[in-house]
Amino acid sequence: MAIPSVIRTALRTLSRSFTVKLLLCLCVGVSAAQSPVATTSLLHKDAPQFVRTDLENRKLDLHAYRGKVILLDFWATWCAACQLEIPRFVAWQSQFGPRGLQIIGISMDDDPALARKLYKKMKLNYPVAMGDEKLGQLYGGVLGLPLTFLIDSQGKVQAQFRGETDLKLIEDQFKPLLRP
Amino acid sequence: MKIGLVGRSGIVAFLAVGFVSTPLELLAQFTPAPTASALSIPEAHWLKPEALLHLQQIKGEEKPLILQVGSHMLFAQAHIPGSEYIGPGSQPAGIQQLQNRVSALSRKKLIVLYCGCCPLNRCPNLGPAFAKLSEMGFTNVKVLYLADNFGTDWADKGYPVERGY
Repeated sequence: MAIPSVIRTALRTLSRSFTVKLLLCLCVGVSAAQSPVATTSLLHKDAPQFVRTDLENRKLDLHAYRGKVILLDFWATWCAACQLEIPRFVAWQSQFGPRGLQIIGISMDDDPALARKLYKKMKLNYPVAMGDEKLGQLYGGVLGLPLTFLIDSQGKVQAQFRGETDLKLIEDQFKPLLRP
Repeated sequence: MKIGLVGRSGIVAFLAVGFVSTPLELLAQFTPAPTASALSIPEAHWLKPEALLHLQQIKGEEKPLILQVGSHMLFAQAHIPGSEYIGPGSQPAGIQQLQNRVSALSRKKLIVLYCGCCPLNRCPNLGPAFAKLSEMGFTNVKVLYLADNFGTDWADKGYPVERGY
């Protein structure tokens, strides 16, 4: 039986619209590869777990610090603002370590030798490990420094400090979480 | 009340520490930008992110050469589509790479430098990279204005990014 012309026309229209839709889907798919990607907020979420080797060749397992209040600090030797913060972090570790504060540094330097040199020069008293793109993306995208996360004793991210931050603000945020 | 020599010395020492330590703390918090800092770049050469997007979209016009002169780790996580990684402008190797990349180009070529590593007034990379291009005779150099960092001023605003090296 011959297909009526009306139906033929309808089928042609449908197939064209399907093609158009398919093309649209492809366009969206292609554009998704370059789609805007904002840094992801981890606020009030579980801090992503990681295991690294620190600059002293010790295992650095974030989970092992459960029960402590953690300041996870992403820094680099080329970041002047980071270097201004570090002496305060060292002081905080000494002062508040007994009350449960643990500072952990993640260097985003391309060369570990530079990080190791500064680690010794500034006499860091907390563990520092090397970061990479994978860890950066795990933490929502480390697309600028300094970047510090405040993680409570239950492992939840309570605050994120992006860019140069008033250190008093950071202190005011972590102190209430510490043991008396 | 008589104050002995030791007492006077102690008071002087106390006052000296007080007067010196406060400015030092302020200095630590408000250390001026390093020499050859991004702040040395003339205002006319700054380019806002929206303006760069517009430039990239103009049909028929030669597209700018966009060069990232900061951290490779940041570049690998996210960078401006079509941009090239050169290396830190604060390092001799990065400046050499920059020189190698542009040496054969017309000195009128539109080149856009960007970094986004950290707050602009602290960036150690843009100033030296811009200075190098100026020294080489490039007359059409722009520097992308990212006040805080690449995340805050580009990615978080929804502008397109690519991943990988």
